[in-house]
Amino acid sequence: MSYLNYSVAQTPTGLRKILYLNWPLVFLIAAVASIGFLMLVSVAGGRVETWAEPQMYRFAAGMVIMIALAFVPMWFWRGISIPAYVCCFLLLVAVELVGTIGMGAQRWIDIGPIRLQPSELMKISLVLLLAAYYDWLPQRRVSHPLWVLIPVVLILAPTGLVLIQPDLGTSIMLVAGGGIVMFAAGVSLWYFAVVIAAGVGLVATVLESRGTDWQLLKDYQFRRIDTFLDPTADPLGAGYNIIQSQIALGSGGWSGRGFMQGTQSRLNFLPEKHTDFIFTVLAEEFGFVGAMSLLGLYTLIIGFCLYSALSNRDRFAALITVGISGTFFLYFSINMATVMGMLPAKGSPLPLVSYGGTSLMILMLGFGLVQAAHVHRPR
Amino acid sequence: MTDTPRQNDGNGRRIGRRGLMLAGIQLGVVTTLALKLRSMQVEHAEQYRMLADGNSIKIRLLVPARGLIHDRNGIVIAGNEQNYRVTLTREEAGGEVEPVLRRLARLIPISDARMAELLDEFARRSAITPIVLADRLSWEQFSSIAVNAPALAGVTPESGLSRVYPRAGDLAHVLGYVGPVSDYDLSKIEDPDPVLMLPEFQLGKVGFEARMEDHLRGKAGQRRVEVNSAGREMRQLSRQEGEQGATVQMTIDARLQNYAAQRMGEESAAAVVMDVQTGDILTICSSPSFDPNKFVRGISSPDYKALMNHDHRPLADKTVQGVYPPGSTFKMVTLLAGLEAGVINAGSRFYCPGYTTAGGRRFHCWRKGGHGTVDAVTSLSHSCDVYYYELAQKVGIDRIAAMARKLGLGQRHDLPMSAVAEGIAPDRAWKQARHGQAWQVGDSLNASIGQGYVLASPLQLAVMTARIASGREIRPRLVRAIDGVQQPVPDFPVLDVNPAFLRVARLGMDEVMNSATGTARRSRIVREDWRMAGKTGTSQVRNITAAERARGVVSNDQLPWERRDHALFVCYAPYDAPRYAVSVVVEHGGGGSAVAAPVARDILLFALAGGLPPLDAVPGDQRDAMEERHNAMHLFTPEAPRLTRA
Repeated sequence: MSYLNYSVAQTPTGLRKILYLNWPLVFLIAAVASIGFLMLVSVAGGRVETWAEPQMYRFAAGMVIMIALAFVPMWFWRGISIPAYVCCFLLLVAVELVGTIGMGAQRWIDIGPIRLQPSELMKISLVLLLAAYYDWLPQRRVSHPLWVLIPVVLILAPTGLVLIQPDLGTSIMLVAGGGIVMFAAGVSLWYFAVVIAAGVGLVATVLESRGTDWQLLKDYQFRRIDTFLDPTADPLGAGYNIIQSQIALGSGGWSGRGFMQGTQSRLNFLPEKHTDFIFTVLAEEFGFVGAMSLLGLYTLIIGFCLYSALSNRDRFAALITVGISGTFFLYFSINMATVMGMLPAKGSPLPLVSYGGTSLMILMLGFGLVQAAHVHRPR
Repeated sequence: MTDTPRQNDGNGRRIGRRGLMLAGIQLGVVTTLALKLRSMQVEHAEQYRMLADGNSIKIRLLVPARGLIHDRNGIVIAGNEQNYRVTLTREEAGGEVEPVLRRLARLIPISDARMAELLDEFARRSAITPIVLADRLSWEQFSSIAVNAPALAGVTPESGLSRVYPRAGDLAHVLGYVGPVSDYDLSKIEDPDPVLMLPEFQLGKVGFEARMEDHLRGKAGQRRVEVNSAGREMRQLSRQEGEQGATVQMTIDARLQNYAAQRMGEESAAAVVMDVQTGDILTICSSPSFDPNKFVRGISSPDYKALMNHDHRPLADKTVQGVYPPGSTFKMVTLLAGLEAGVINAGSRFYCPGYTTAGGRRFHCWRKGGHGTVDAVTSLSHSCDVYYYELAQKVGIDRIAAMARKLGLGQRHDLPMSAVAEGIAPDRAWKQARHGQAWQVGDSLNASIGQGYVLASPLQLAVMTARIASGREIRPRLVRAIDGVQQPVPDFPVLDVNPAFLRVARLGMDEVMNSATGTARRSRIVREDWRMAGKTGTSQVRNITAAERARGVVSNDQLPWERRDHALFVCYAPYDAPRYAVSVVVEHGGGGSAVAAPVARDILLFALAGGLPPLDAVPGDQRDAMEERHNAMHLFTPEAPRLTRA
């Protein structure tokens, strides 16, 4: 059976593709988003129009985009991977130039009503390009130093640009996202061991650089690290957010304080409660039961993605699915770990739940790729 | 057909193995997150819940209503009134306060200066701090603001209780007043009640209000409120009202006090009326007075300056704080000391040629020509000085001082008022201690007629008179009942003075009023059942110099006011069954018989009559003048006594 044969014969075509969508994944995504709407109503003090309503429209648009992308066959994605990467890279350079002219840390380009954040798009493009690369690269060369160096450069080039924006969080996400694809592609574990060791060394160097002429991070980034290490040292300053978040989370108890009854969120002790700290609101108002439910739904999403990837014999499609779901996984686990005080506060949204258009659109675009990979899997 | 390299099984397996490893790592992370959630939300939930409550639940104190003060008839003399005020919170006004203030200025007057002051304050203070725009609004103003509230964003009409003294100046000195707690007040109090920190709390500053603070304050209530992160109150969770302070009933008769104040008019004077049997102070009135309500509201600087610079010293309480040479009102003390010592008896006589010589100095009687032969009774009724000069040389100062103390002079009577003076009943030891000098015979002569070192307050003179009249060791009291519980009248011990001698003194005081030659005959009461006994006193503020005596400038009218003599009078009635003792001091008033006696008599009559003195109680030629005086008075006529708690 030739590649062309089964592609044509056994892959659904036209509108019939809709029946071959990964429907459990669609419903799981909708369920998580619905929890998001509920929490946005709560943090708006019961008003739907403040945050929940615009978010619903965005989500609806995102669903349409996801399903539309699911119809696009894999050869197109394989073909677009290099131009997409190059485009994103150029946009990042452009943002850097605009940012230099304009304010200190501009991370976006305004195109009419859409605020384009190239670093977000780069997360998808990078996964796409690396997946295509490892699809093309023969298996025996995967761990060869030269063939490892190429993806490392592909990852570090945009990471470097994002880092000088400066956006440490997105840089880490890019490295981690690319790393996941490399890991899934089978690059020798030794490389990862070396990178982790180097990472530890780098962290040590960065911390060492503080207060010297060659300081590697901005002062506020150092303060975040301080706050993480000891939030109580400055309870009304930088540590305030984390302390209040932990209080809110813990006070939720087993079953929570009830919808719109969380004192920490209702009385504004919680900061950024419609974006970065929305998980805290959920945990305060619906308790351990509510928080675990959301964590369960997320885990199921990852589970369905991984199952789809593992059962996909198209290496490119499988790597895309693993890469995108891995990025998604990083998103929610970093956000949750942050609000629980396990990671330094870094201002990341909770995927599909936090209020905000860009991150939602990028996520739905990513899930569109996952769906496309699922629909067009070789049978 | 063969598989292309891309779809070989080897590749698929490889992704599978790494995919499973990835799944394992991710599952590990999820498990870690879940365990952390469990630790926080299940194991340590209680601890976090307490922190959350500590964040959002605050206890706010409620100022208790201050206890009322009633007079002996249940008339409220210190009460609480609703104080209507409006506050504005910048945050609720949408950040811009000026348009709101301009709109408010159409409802209540806000001067341009005040407007500028307010805008300045808003700029300085936090956006969530309510700032008082106007205080003590009328009900009309308050309700018009309440009705227009929708157009006045951020404006909150509030009402609270504030102290009010319905009798204004009548009782200003005895009651004192309340005011906001100052840092100085706090520094004096150990472990202050937290309610003192509330800005609207009023603390007794002086007088009865200060001395009875513990009874009047009450217990603060509590409100549990939920606050947001900015400290703004969101809602009330529970409210427990405080306990009002005890209602304290004083022995004061507000109507009598009012009459006394009116009778003294603008004179710089003091009057005390005491119940001879119980020691109840019915009136303790210092004139001129001031409006204590002004102090509660925060007195303006010009008003305060006017009070401070007034030469009649309205802020001083002349009844207990003011001490005066008692002059001839002291003669009962010297007489009783002589009788008790046995150096004279009631029939002993002295000859008065108008002066006597002692220690190489000449001491004059007030009557230049002298009184001739004088006995104990006529020494009082004629107020002969020479009699007492002679007596003093026989009895000695120490026995006079001892008698003065027995009669209540030279000691601090414990009344709940501010700055109660001790006065001076001088003796040898006192002079040695105070001035480091030996007592001279001339000192005794001066002291015998209540001059020299002797000083007494009007309160002490009233106590002295009550003790002579009753023969008991009467002590004054101001508190009649606390929260409806009557304070017991002590069983006053019999005075350690031979009753026969007291009768001589009383007879002399009776003759002062009722004998044909008595010095205060003009001020007698003609109704026999209210027969009055009294004693005049005129005390020199300074010595008359020999030069003045030579020039003949001794008449008070020719001296500046502040150098004129003090006029004093003490009296009691009825003579047979004494009920009330009165003392009156008119500062720089001139002669006791002419100035102080009529005032004391009228006050005594009001007390006896329980109302406006009947005209037929005074000698016929004075009735028209008395009626005229009464018509000119703005007397306090209470409606039915109000005993309800406000």
